[in-house]
Amino acid sequence: MAETIIEVKNLHKQFGDNVILKDISISVEKGEVIVLIGPSGCGKSTFLRCLNGLEPIQGGSVTLHGEPVLYGKKSLTKIRQHIGMVFQSYDLFPHMTIAQNIALAPLKVQKRDKKEVEEETLKLLDRVGLAGKADSYPNELSGGQKQRAAIVRSLIIHPDIILLDEITAALDPEMVHEVLKVVLDLAKSGTTMMIVTHEMAFAKAVADRVIFLDGGEIVEEGTPDEFFDAPKTERAKQFLKTFTYSD
Amino acid sequence: MDLTFITQHYPLYVKAAVLTVVTGTIGIVLSAIVGLICALTRYYKIPVLRTITVIYTELSRNTPLIVQLFFLYFGLPKAGIVLSSEACGIIGLTFLGGSYMSESILSGFQSIKKAQIESAESLGLTRGQIMRYVVFPRAAAAAMPAVSANIIFLLKETSVFSAVALADLMYIAKDLIGMYSSTTESLLMLVIAYLIIILPISLLCSVLERRLRRGGA
Repeated sequence: MAETIIEVKNLHKQFGDNVILKDISISVEKGEVIVLIGPSGCGKSTFLRCLNGLEPIQGGSVTLHGEPVLYGKKSLTKIRQHIGMVFQSYDLFPHMTIAQNIALAPLKVQKRDKKEVEEETLKLLDRVGLAGKADSYPNELSGGQKQRAAIVRSLIIHPDIILLDEITAALDPEMVHEVLKVVLDLAKSGTTMMIVTHEMAFAKAVADRVIFLDGGEIVEEGTPDEFFDAPKTERAKQFLKTFTYSD
Repeated sequence: MDLTFITQHYPLYVKAAVLTVVTGTIGIVLSAIVGLICALTRYYKIPVLRTITVIYTELSRNTPLIVQLFFLYFGLPKAGIVLSSEACGIIGLTFLGGSYMSESILSGFQSIKKAQIESAESLGLTRGQIMRYVVFPRAAAAAMPAVSANIIFLLKETSVFSAVALADLMYIAKDLIGMYSSTTESLLMLVIAYLIIILPISLLCSVLERRLRRGGA
Protein backbone atom coordinates (compact mmCIF):
# COMPACT_ATOMS: atom_id res chain seq x y z
CA MET A 1 0.00 0.00 0.00
CA ALA A 2 1.22 3.46 -0.90
CA GLU A 3 2.53 5.67 1.88
CA THR A 4 0.39 8.75 2.54
CA ILE A 5 2.45 11.90 2.98
CA ILE A 6 -0.21 14.56 3.43
CA GLU A 7 -3.83 14.02 4.33
CA VAL A 8 -6.29 16.89 4.12
CA LYS A 9 -9.76 16.31 5.52
CA ASN A 10 -12.70 18.69 5.06
CA LEU A 11 -10.48 21.78 5.07
CA HIS A 12 -12.36 25.02 5.47
CA LYS A 13 -10.68 28.39 5.16
CA GLN A 14 -12.09 31.88 5.26
CA PHE A 15 -10.82 35.43 5.57
CA GLY A 16 -13.45 37.23 7.64
CA ASP A 17 -16.76 36.43 5.97
CA ASN A 18 -15.08 35.57 2.69
CA VAL A 19 -14.95 31.79 2.26
CA ILE A 20 -11.81 30.79 0.35
CA LEU A 21 -11.78 27.00 0.59
CA LYS A 22 -14.79 24.76 1.19
CA ASP A 23 -14.63 21.24 2.47
CA ILE A 24 -11.45 20.19 0.65
CA SER A 25 -10.23 16.62 1.14
CA ILE A 26 -7.11 15.31 -0.58
CA SER A 27 -4.45 12.78 0.23
CA VAL A 28 -1.02 12.84 -1.35
CA GLU A 29 0.84 9.57 -1.75
CA LYS A 30 4.60 9.16 -1.79
CA GLY A 31 6.10 9.85 -5.21
CA GLU A 32 2.93 11.44 -6.51
CA VAL A 33 2.88 14.71 -8.45
CA ILE A 34 -0.36 16.62 -8.04
CA VAL A 35 -1.04 19.72 -10.07
CA LEU A 36 -3.60 22.20 -8.82
CA ILE A 37 -5.13 24.37 -11.48
CA GLY A 38 -7.96 26.83 -11.57
CA PRO A 39 -8.80 30.45 -12.26
CA SER A 40 -7.01 33.24 -10.42
CA GLY A 41 -8.36 33.77 -6.93
CA CYS A 42 -9.86 30.28 -6.68
CA GLY A 43 -7.81 29.49 -3.57
CA LYS A 44 -4.96 27.39 -5.04
CA SER A 45 -2.13 29.30 -3.38
CA THR A 46 -4.04 29.66 -0.12
CA PHE A 47 -4.53 25.90 -0.12
CA LEU A 48 -0.78 25.27 -0.51
CA ARG A 49 -0.08 27.76 2.30
CA CYS A 50 -2.49 25.89 4.58
CA LEU A 51 -0.51 22.70 4.01
CA ASN A 52 2.60 24.00 5.77
CA GLY A 53 0.83 26.12 8.33
CA LEU A 54 1.40 29.54 6.80
CA GLU A 55 -2.35 30.15 7.05
CA PRO A 56 -4.74 29.30 9.88
CA ILE A 57 -7.68 27.11 8.90
CA GLN A 58 -11.18 27.41 10.29
CA GLY A 59 -12.25 23.82 9.90
CA GLY A 60 -11.04 20.33 9.01
CA SER A 61 -7.48 19.08 9.38
CA VAL A 62 -4.13 18.78 7.64
CA THR A 63 -1.75 16.05 8.70
CA LEU A 64 1.75 15.12 7.59
CA HIS A 65 2.56 11.48 8.28
CA GLY A 66 -0.33 11.59 10.75
CA GLU A 67 1.07 14.61 12.63
CA PRO A 68 -1.33 17.57 12.65
CA VAL A 69 -0.12 20.76 10.96
CA LEU A 70 -1.24 23.40 13.44
CA TYR A 71 -0.89 27.10 12.57
CA GLY A 72 1.18 29.09 15.04
CA LYS A 73 2.26 26.06 17.09
CA LYS A 74 5.84 25.22 17.99
CA SER A 75 5.50 21.76 16.43
CA LEU A 76 5.39 23.47 13.01
CA THR A 77 9.15 24.03 13.02
CA LYS A 78 9.67 20.28 13.07
CA ILE A 79 6.93 19.52 10.55
CA ARG A 80 8.27 22.13 8.11
CA GLN A 81 11.55 20.25 7.90
CA HIS A 82 9.56 17.64 5.98
CA ILE A 83 7.83 20.12 3.66
CA GLY A 84 9.78 22.14 1.11
CA MET A 85 8.16 25.22 -0.34
CA VAL A 86 9.08 27.31 -3.35
CA PHE A 87 7.38 30.65 -3.85
CA GLN A 88 6.48 32.70 -6.91
CA SER A 89 8.85 35.52 -5.95
CA TYR A 90 11.77 33.15 -5.06
CA ASP A 91 12.27 34.89 -1.71
CA LEU A 92 15.94 34.12 -1.43
CA PHE A 93 17.60 36.15 1.33
CA PRO A 94 19.38 39.00 -0.49
CA HIS A 95 22.13 39.51 2.10
CA MET A 96 23.34 35.91 1.78
CA THR A 97 25.15 34.22 -1.07
CA ILE A 98 23.38 31.42 -2.90
CA ALA A 99 25.37 28.83 -0.92
CA GLN A 100 24.51 30.54 2.37
CA ASN A 101 20.84 30.67 1.40
CA ILE A 102 20.85 26.96 0.66
CA ALA A 103 22.88 25.95 3.72
CA LEU A 104 20.89 28.00 6.26
CA ALA A 105 18.20 25.42 7.07
CA PRO A 106 20.41 22.29 7.04
CA LEU A 107 23.00 23.97 9.27
CA LYS A 108 20.84 25.96 11.67
CA VAL A 109 17.63 23.93 11.75
CA GLN A 110 18.76 20.39 11.03
CA LYS A 111 22.21 20.89 12.63
CA ARG A 112 23.93 18.90 9.93
CA ASP A 113 27.66 18.69 9.34
CA LYS A 114 29.02 21.79 7.57
CA LYS A 115 31.24 19.92 5.14
CA GLU A 116 28.51 17.49 4.15
CA VAL A 117 26.09 20.39 3.56
CA GLU A 118 28.66 22.25 1.46
CA GLU A 119 29.23 19.18 -0.69
CA GLU A 120 25.53 18.58 -1.18
CA THR A 121 24.96 22.28 -1.98
CA LEU A 122 27.50 22.13 -4.80
CA LYS A 123 26.10 18.84 -6.06
CA LEU A 124 22.54 20.15 -6.16
CA LEU A 125 23.58 23.46 -7.74
CA ASP A 126 25.33 21.46 -10.43
CA ARG A 127 22.21 19.34 -10.92
CA VAL A 128 20.08 22.42 -11.65
CA GLY A 129 22.72 24.01 -13.89
CA LEU A 130 23.99 26.55 -11.39
CA ALA A 131 27.53 25.28 -10.87
CA GLY A 132 29.80 28.25 -10.21
CA LYS A 133 27.01 30.39 -8.72
CA ALA A 134 27.49 29.31 -5.10
CA ASP A 135 29.23 32.53 -4.10
CA SER A 136 26.99 34.88 -6.07
CA TYR A 137 24.40 37.05 -4.37
CA PRO A 138 20.76 36.69 -5.48
CA ASN A 139 20.77 40.12 -7.16
CA GLU A 140 23.53 38.87 -9.48
CA LEU A 141 21.29 36.09 -10.84
CA SER A 142 18.49 36.10 -13.41
CA GLY A 143 14.94 35.26 -12.34
CA GLY A 144 15.21 31.71 -13.67
CA GLN A 145 18.51 31.15 -11.87
CA LYS A 146 17.07 32.52 -8.63
CA GLN A 147 14.11 30.21 -8.88
CA ARG A 148 16.37 27.20 -9.51
CA ALA A 149 18.42 28.19 -6.45
CA ALA A 150 15.18 28.43 -4.45
CA ILE A 151 14.31 24.90 -5.58
CA VAL A 152 17.70 23.68 -4.36
CA ARG A 153 17.10 25.45 -1.03
CA SER A 154 13.94 23.42 -0.56
CA LEU A 155 15.52 20.17 -1.83
CA ILE A 156 18.49 20.21 0.52
CA ILE A 157 16.36 19.68 3.62
CA HIS A 158 15.33 16.32 2.07
CA PRO A 159 11.61 17.03 2.39
CA ASP A 160 8.92 14.38 2.02
CA ILE A 161 6.99 16.74 -0.25
CA ILE A 162 7.71 19.96 -2.09
CA LEU A 163 5.02 22.59 -2.58
CA LEU A 164 5.55 24.79 -5.63
CA ASP A 165 3.44 27.92 -5.76
CA GLU A 166 3.26 29.40 -9.26
CA ILE A 167 7.00 29.29 -9.50
CA THR A 168 7.16 30.54 -13.08
CA ALA A 169 4.54 33.28 -12.80
CA ALA A 170 7.09 36.04 -12.22
CA LEU A 171 9.55 34.86 -14.87
CA ASP A 172 10.24 36.10 -18.38
CA PRO A 173 8.97 33.55 -20.93
CA GLU A 174 12.46 32.41 -21.97
CA MET A 175 13.28 31.51 -18.37
CA VAL A 176 10.15 29.49 -17.71
CA HIS A 177 11.45 26.47 -19.59
CA GLU A 178 14.73 26.14 -17.63
CA VAL A 179 12.83 26.11 -14.34
CA LEU A 180 10.14 23.70 -15.46
CA LYS A 181 12.80 21.33 -16.78
CA VAL A 182 14.25 21.10 -13.27
CA VAL A 183 10.80 20.29 -11.88
CA LEU A 184 10.23 17.64 -14.56
CA ASP A 185 13.56 16.03 -13.62
CA LEU A 186 12.50 15.99 -9.98
CA ALA A 187 9.22 14.35 -10.90
CA LYS A 188 11.09 11.68 -12.87
CA SER A 189 13.30 10.97 -9.89
CA GLY A 190 10.24 10.27 -7.74
CA THR A 191 9.99 13.51 -5.74
CA THR A 192 6.55 14.02 -4.23
CA MET A 193 5.21 17.41 -5.26
CA MET A 194 2.14 19.54 -5.20
CA ILE A 195 2.27 22.19 -7.89
CA VAL A 196 0.17 25.26 -8.51
CA THR A 197 0.68 26.42 -12.08
CA HIS A 198 -0.88 28.19 -15.03
CA GLU A 199 1.40 26.38 -17.50
CA MET A 200 -1.04 23.86 -18.95
CA ALA A 201 1.41 21.97 -21.18
CA PHE A 202 3.73 21.56 -18.24
CA ALA A 203 0.85 20.46 -15.99
CA LYS A 204 -0.07 17.77 -18.51
CA ALA A 205 3.53 16.57 -18.77
CA VAL A 206 4.36 16.50 -15.07
CA ALA A 207 1.15 15.53 -13.26
CA ASP A 208 0.05 12.14 -12.03
CA ARG A 209 -3.19 13.73 -10.92
CA VAL A 210 -4.79 17.04 -11.79
CA ILE A 211 -7.10 18.79 -9.36
CA PHE A 212 -9.26 21.60 -10.71
CA LEU A 213 -10.30 24.13 -8.10
CA ASP A 214 -12.92 26.79 -8.67
CA GLY A 215 -14.76 28.96 -6.18
CA GLY A 216 -12.82 27.38 -3.31
CA GLU A 217 -13.90 23.80 -4.00
CA ILE A 218 -12.64 20.80 -5.92
CA VAL A 219 -14.67 20.76 -9.10
CA GLU A 220 -12.90 17.96 -10.92
CA GLU A 221 -10.08 15.52 -10.32
CA GLY A 222 -8.43 13.05 -12.63
CA THR A 223 -5.40 11.98 -14.61
CA PRO A 224 -3.94 14.61 -16.94
CA ASP A 225 -5.31 12.75 -19.98
CA GLU A 226 -8.79 12.58 -18.51
CA PHE A 227 -8.79 16.19 -17.43
CA PHE A 228 -7.22 17.88 -20.43
CA ASP A 229 -8.68 15.70 -23.18
CA ALA A 230 -12.10 14.93 -21.78
CA PRO A 231 -13.05 17.23 -18.91
CA LYS A 232 -16.26 16.12 -17.27
CA THR A 233 -17.56 19.36 -15.84
CA GLU A 234 -18.76 22.45 -17.66
CA ARG A 235 -16.59 24.71 -15.43
CA ALA A 236 -13.43 22.80 -16.33
CA LYS A 237 -14.33 22.93 -20.02
CA GLN A 238 -14.87 26.68 -19.84
CA PHE A 239 -11.59 27.13 -17.96
CA LEU A 240 -9.57 25.09 -20.46
CA LYS A 241 -11.16 27.00 -23.31
CA THR A 242 -9.50 30.20 -22.09
CA PHE A 243 -6.13 28.65 -22.95
CA THR A 244 -6.97 28.04 -26.61
CA TYR A 245 -6.92 30.77 -29.20
CA SER A 246 -8.77 29.04 -32.09
CA ASP A 247 -12.46 29.76 -32.77
CA MET B 1 41.78 86.99 17.33
CA ASP B 2 44.05 86.25 20.29
CA LEU B 3 46.09 83.14 19.45
CA THR B 4 47.82 83.18 22.85
CA PHE B 5 44.42 82.84 24.49
CA ILE B 6 43.72 79.80 22.34
CA THR B 7 47.06 78.10 23.11
CA GLN B 8 46.61 78.83 26.81
CA HIS B 9 43.08 77.48 27.13
CA TYR B 10 42.79 74.65 24.58
CA PRO B 11 43.70 71.99 27.23
CA LEU B 12 40.41 72.85 28.96
CA TYR B 13 38.62 71.99 25.73
CA VAL B 14 40.49 68.71 25.41
CA LYS B 15 39.38 67.71 28.91
CA ALA B 16 35.79 68.78 28.20
CA ALA B 17 35.85 66.99 24.84
CA VAL B 18 36.84 63.75 26.57
CA LEU B 19 33.94 64.17 28.99
CA THR B 20 31.55 64.91 26.10
CA VAL B 21 32.75 61.85 24.16
CA VAL B 22 32.60 59.53 27.19
CA THR B 23 29.16 60.59 28.44
CA GLY B 24 27.87 60.84 24.86
CA THR B 25 29.14 57.37 23.92
CA ILE B 26 27.71 55.72 27.04
CA GLY B 27 24.40 57.51 26.46
CA ILE B 28 24.28 56.50 22.78
CA VAL B 29 25.15 52.83 23.46
CA LEU B 30 22.46 52.67 26.16
CA SER B 31 20.02 54.44 23.79
CA ALA B 32 20.66 51.78 21.17
CA ILE B 33 20.02 48.99 23.72
CA VAL B 34 16.81 50.64 24.99
CA GLY B 35 15.79 51.35 21.40
CA LEU B 36 16.34 47.73 20.36
CA ILE B 37 14.31 46.39 23.29
CA CYS B 38 11.47 48.85 22.60
CA ALA B 39 11.53 48.06 18.87
CA LEU B 40 11.35 44.32 19.58
CA THR B 41 8.36 44.70 21.93
CA ARG B 42 6.55 46.68 19.27
CA TYR B 43 7.59 44.44 16.37
CA TYR B 44 6.41 41.29 18.15
CA LYS B 45 3.38 43.18 19.52
CA ILE B 46 4.06 41.98 23.08
CA PRO B 47 0.99 42.89 25.13
CA VAL B 48 1.37 45.47 27.95
CA LEU B 49 5.07 46.06 27.20
CA ARG B 50 4.12 47.37 23.79
CA THR B 51 1.74 49.93 25.35
CA ILE B 52 4.36 50.99 27.88
CA THR B 53 6.85 51.44 25.04
CA VAL B 54 4.45 53.60 23.04
CA ILE B 55 3.76 55.84 26.07
CA TYR B 56 7.50 56.11 26.78
CA THR B 57 8.27 56.98 23.15
CA GLU B 58 5.70 59.75 23.02
CA LEU B 59 6.79 61.17 26.39
CA SER B 60 10.45 61.07 25.46
CA ARG B 61 10.17 62.48 21.94
CA ASN B 62 7.77 65.24 22.79
CA THR B 63 9.68 66.83 25.67
CA PRO B 64 12.99 68.74 25.29
CA LEU B 65 16.18 67.17 26.65
CA ILE B 66 16.79 70.19 28.86
CA VAL B 67 13.43 69.65 30.58
CA GLN B 68 14.26 65.97 31.09
CA LEU B 69 17.65 66.91 32.54
CA PHE B 70 16.11 69.50 34.89
CA PHE B 71 13.66 66.88 36.07
CA LEU B 72 16.52 64.47 36.83
CA TYR B 73 18.90 67.04 38.36
CA PHE B 74 16.54 69.36 40.24
CA GLY B 75 13.32 67.34 40.49
CA LEU B 76 14.48 63.95 41.70
CA PRO B 77 16.40 65.31 44.76
CA LYS B 78 12.99 66.51 46.07
CA ALA B 79 12.02 62.82 46.11
CA GLY B 80 15.28 61.96 47.86
CA ILE B 81 17.12 60.71 44.76
CA VAL B 82 20.32 62.65 44.17
CA LEU B 83 22.25 61.93 40.98
CA SER B 84 25.60 63.29 39.82
CA SER B 85 25.75 65.60 36.80
CA GLU B 86 27.33 62.80 34.75
CA ALA B 87 24.62 60.32 35.70
CA CYS B 88 21.90 62.87 34.88
CA GLY B 89 23.52 63.55 31.49
CA ILE B 90 23.77 59.87 30.60
CA ILE B 91 20.29 58.95 31.85
CA GLY B 92 18.75 61.99 30.14
CA LEU B 93 20.46 61.24 26.84
CA THR B 94 19.41 57.57 27.06
CA PHE B 95 15.81 58.55 27.85
CA LEU B 96 15.71 60.80 24.79
CA GLY B 97 17.84 58.62 22.49
CA GLY B 98 16.04 55.36 23.33
CA SER B 99 12.83 56.53 21.70
CA TYR B 100 14.57 57.87 18.59
CA MET B 101 16.56 54.66 18.23
CA SER B 102 13.41 52.59 18.79
CA GLU B 103 11.60 54.32 15.92
CA SER B 104 14.57 53.88 13.57
CA ILE B 105 15.17 50.23 14.45
CA LEU B 106 11.44 49.43 14.23
CA SER B 107 11.25 50.95 10.76
CA GLY B 108 14.20 48.70 9.83
CA PHE B 109 12.34 45.61 11.09
CA GLN B 110 9.17 46.66 9.30
CA SER B 111 11.02 47.10 6.01
CA ILE B 112 11.50 43.33 5.76
CA LYS B 113 8.78 41.91 3.53
CA LYS B 114 6.35 39.35 4.93
CA ALA B 115 7.28 36.99 2.08
CA GLN B 116 10.90 36.86 3.33
CA ILE B 117 9.72 35.86 6.78
CA GLU B 118 7.34 33.24 5.39
CA SER B 119 10.16 31.89 3.26
CA ALA B 120 12.28 31.51 6.42
CA GLU B 121 9.35 30.01 8.32
CA SER B 122 8.79 27.44 5.61
CA LEU B 123 12.42 26.35 6.00
CA GLY B 124 11.65 25.46 9.62
CA LEU B 125 13.54 28.32 11.24
CA THR B 126 12.34 29.33 14.70
CA ARG B 127 11.22 32.90 15.49
CA GLY B 128 14.58 33.60 17.14
CA GLN B 129 16.53 32.22 14.17
CA ILE B 130 14.44 34.25 11.72
CA MET B 131 15.25 37.40 13.70
CA ARG B 132 18.94 36.55 13.92
CA TYR B 133 19.66 35.36 10.40
CA VAL B 134 17.00 36.97 8.20
CA VAL B 135 15.37 40.02 9.78
CA PHE B 136 18.12 41.60 11.87
CA PRO B 137 20.96 41.74 9.30
CA ARG B 138 18.73 43.38 6.71
CA ALA B 139 16.89 45.56 9.21
CA ALA B 140 20.25 46.82 10.48
CA ALA B 141 21.21 47.80 6.95
CA ALA B 142 17.85 49.48 6.37
CA ALA B 143 17.92 51.30 9.72
CA MET B 144 21.56 52.37 9.57
CA PRO B 145 21.04 55.79 7.89
CA ALA B 146 18.42 56.75 10.51
CA VAL B 147 20.53 55.31 13.36
CA SER B 148 23.55 57.29 12.11
CA ALA B 149 21.48 60.47 12.08
CA ASN B 150 20.40 59.69 15.66
CA ILE B 151 24.00 59.17 16.79
CA ILE B 152 25.04 62.54 15.43
CA PHE B 153 21.90 64.22 16.77
CA LEU B 154 22.51 62.79 20.26
CA LEU B 155 26.17 63.81 20.25
CA LYS B 156 25.11 67.36 19.46
CA GLU B 157 22.43 67.20 22.15
CA THR B 158 25.18 66.72 24.76
CA SER B 159 25.72 70.49 24.48
CA VAL B 160 22.72 70.84 26.81
CA PHE B 161 24.56 68.98 29.59
CA SER B 162 26.08 72.26 30.80
CA ALA B 163 22.61 73.11 32.16
CA VAL B 164 23.11 70.52 34.89
CA ALA B 165 26.65 71.67 35.73
CA LEU B 166 28.43 69.03 33.65
CA ALA B 167 31.75 70.54 32.56
CA ASP B 168 31.35 69.67 28.89
CA LEU B 169 32.47 71.70 25.85
CA MET B 170 29.58 74.15 25.99
CA TYR B 171 30.14 74.66 29.72
CA ILE B 172 33.82 75.54 29.17
CA ALA B 173 33.04 77.93 26.32
CA LYS B 174 30.40 79.75 28.34
CA ASP B 175 32.74 79.87 31.31
CA LEU B 176 35.61 81.40 29.31
CA ILE B 177 33.33 83.94 27.62
CA GLY B 178 31.99 84.93 31.04
CA MET B 179 35.42 85.27 32.60
CA TYR B 180 37.45 86.84 29.78
CA SER B 181 34.85 88.15 27.29
CA SER B 182 36.73 86.08 24.69
CA THR B 183 33.67 85.33 22.56
CA THR B 184 35.41 84.80 19.20
CA GLU B 185 38.23 82.56 20.45
CA SER B 186 36.03 80.53 22.80
CA LEU B 187 33.32 79.91 20.20
CA LEU B 188 35.89 79.10 17.51
CA MET B 189 37.47 76.46 19.76
CA LEU B 190 33.97 75.15 20.58
CA VAL B 191 33.07 74.73 16.91
CA ILE B 192 36.40 73.08 16.10
CA ALA B 193 36.10 70.71 19.05
CA TYR B 194 32.62 69.56 17.98
CA LEU B 195 33.79 69.12 14.38
CA ILE B 196 36.78 67.04 15.50
CA ILE B 197 34.46 64.77 17.46
CA ILE B 198 31.53 64.51 15.07
CA LEU B 199 33.10 64.52 11.57
CA PRO B 200 34.98 61.20 11.96
CA ILE B 201 31.89 59.59 13.48
CA SER B 202 29.82 60.85 10.57
CA LEU B 203 32.32 59.36 8.12
CA LEU B 204 32.44 56.07 10.04
CA CYS B 205 28.65 55.83 9.90
CA SER B 206 28.71 56.33 6.10
CA VAL B 207 31.26 53.52 5.73
CA LEU B 208 29.13 51.25 7.94
CA GLU B 209 26.01 52.04 5.90
CA ARG B 210 27.78 51.07 2.69
CA ARG B 211 29.12 47.84 4.20
CA LEU B 212 25.74 46.79 5.54
CA ARG B 213 24.14 47.40 2.16
CA ARG B 214 26.35 44.68 0.61
CA GLY B 215 24.51 42.09 -1.46
CA GLY B 216 21.68 44.45 -2.30
CA ALA B 217 20.16 44.05 1.16
